[in-house]
Amino acid sequence: MTTRTFRWQRVLLYAVLILGSLLCLFPFYWLVRSSMMDLAQIFEMPPKWIPEPFVLRNFIEPFEQLPFGRYFINTLIIVVGTLIGTLLSSTIAAYSFSRMKWVGRDKVFAVLLTSMMLPFAVTLIPTFIGWQSLGLINTYAPLIVPAFFGGGVFNIFLLRQFYMTLPRELDEAVFVDGGNHFTIFTRIILPLSRSAVLVIGLFTFLNTWNDFMGPLVYLNDESKFTLAIGLQQFQGMYTAQWGVLMAASLIIVLPAILLFMIFQRYLMEGIALTGIKG
Amino acid sequence: MQSMTETAERRQTKVTKSSLSSIRRRENWLGWLFAAPAILGFIIFVLGPMIASLWLSLTDYKVASTPNFVGLDNYQNLFNGTDAFFYKSLGVTLYYVILSVPLQIIVAFFLAILLNQNVKGLAFFRTAFYLPTIVPLIASSMVWLWLFDPDMGLLNVIMRALHLPESQWIYSETTVVPTLVLMSLWTVGGTMVIFLAGLKDIPDHYYEAIEIDGGNALHKLIYITIPLTSPTIFFNTIMGFIGGFQVFVQPYVMTQGGPNNGSLFYIFYLFREAFTFSNMGYACAIAWVLFIVIMIFTFLLFRTSQKWVYYEGEGR
Repeated sequence: MTTRTFRWQRVLLYAVLILGSLLCLFPFYWLVRSSMMDLAQIFEMPPKWIPEPFVLRNFIEPFEQLPFGRYFINTLIIVVGTLIGTLLSSTIAAYSFSRMKWVGRDKVFAVLLTSMMLPFAVTLIPTFIGWQSLGLINTYAPLIVPAFFGGGVFNIFLLRQFYMTLPRELDEAVFVDGGNHFTIFTRIILPLSRSAVLVIGLFTFLNTWNDFMGPLVYLNDESKFTLAIGLQQFQGMYTAQWGVLMAASLIIVLPAILLFMIFQRYLMEGIALTGIKG
Repeated sequence: MQSMTETAERRQTKVTKSSLSSIRRRENWLGWLFAAPAILGFIIFVLGPMIASLWLSLTDYKVASTPNFVGLDNYQNLFNGTDAFFYKSLGVTLYYVILSVPLQIIVAFFLAILLNQNVKGLAFFRTAFYLPTIVPLIASSMVWLWLFDPDMGLLNVIMRALHLPESQWIYSETTVVPTLVLMSLWTVGGTMVIFLAGLKDIPDHYYEAIEIDGGNALHKLIYITIPLTSPTIFFNTIMGFIGGFQVFVQPYVMTQGGPNNGSLFYIFYLFREAFTFSNMGYACAIAWVLFIVIMIFTFLLFRTSQKWVYYEGEGR
């Protein structure tokens, strides 16, 4: 291969990558740009690239027309509750399935894993009826409580994989010093698996933050809505008022992106390690 | 596990045999206790509802009524075409899955290969491609609604400027599914990152061997890259299928299943039966059919995988 064709190939490679990443980033730009325009600016033809002047009124509208502040707090309550439940119960279960010896352990784990194949639609209706019979529809219990029961098989699977890579000698040292499983778990395994726990925490946050179906099914009362459901309500009120809709969307997107940017390094490693998508 | 017994053996010098077995019994008991929340969760939120769902699918249960056993009536109504929406939604969803999954795999694989060429600014490109996947679907639905708007949306503005035929995008029965497939390509970054990790694991000397034999880039792709990443391709294909069958937010928020049921996705149809029309028993039957369809797809993929998925160390 001559150097000239090689250089030509590199140019093409970068051209495709730059074009591709611009296409991926473009909707973000369009979102931000449109969120700062009033209707007159938005419908101007040909479209303007930069708002002139910047209209920030769109960002106030969601808080005035709908209780977006309330939605924000509601979402946060669900996210934090789910996060606590998931992190507590998935780490403990993964510890049991990887570093404790008990009769039937691997068989039980194999059975749990099968639930990953199950479409959520199969369990959705009976679970809904169950919560209904407990009188807990329109509360956050159906959205938070399940996280305390294992925190998702996938998370257990992931942590278990990670725990199995930690050397056994650590446990032995604790036993010799008179410690027990609880000491090993809290003093050794948890501190050593901080990055794995962080990845699971991040994905749990993003999944709960982005969840639409769950709140849609279980919450009826407007004062209990999450941001995702609130935005959908908003869409019904503001058909074709793109500036306001984009501003409301941006309010939901920003926290997810901020979190992603802060923890990006861990997240990329986590995905590479395990093959999970957000 | 082995080292556990070793510890025990070492300890045997200090402790008597009887207390050793008590330690084992204690570990057995503690192990179950630690796993108990997960096991309970499986019983309460998976196994129980699954059985209940199967039973409900054989009843005419609606909200606030006692369920009557109706045998296979629900399934019969689905398959004999009494409910025209069933085949429609199955068709729409299959169309989407068959169009989107291969496209997503190809685009993600292609991008991953490009990023694997010792690219400068890898971190930037990776972030740019991955970023769309973390956007809440409800928000990306809004942005794409705006971009797809037939009159004022940017896509048609560009089409007009280039003197190309405008499209109705999600507002026409024939273009709605392809348009949603296009939208789904925006989020291939997740799949791409997984591919990239798989590509990084391929040792350089494999490629060097091809170069020595006078092979070109295409040979490398066909004889090294694709076979060695085939487990990842397989994994991503399965995940893509399972995800594709369960699309809900886009039809719910963007199209309400329309126009003219052109985007009546399966889960949207199920949701409507269950929560709009309160046909809970019927909706359970719909869910079980989906489960069986997904199982058949996965089974077929596993069957064919023996032909094309290559696992190192299998000596194939």
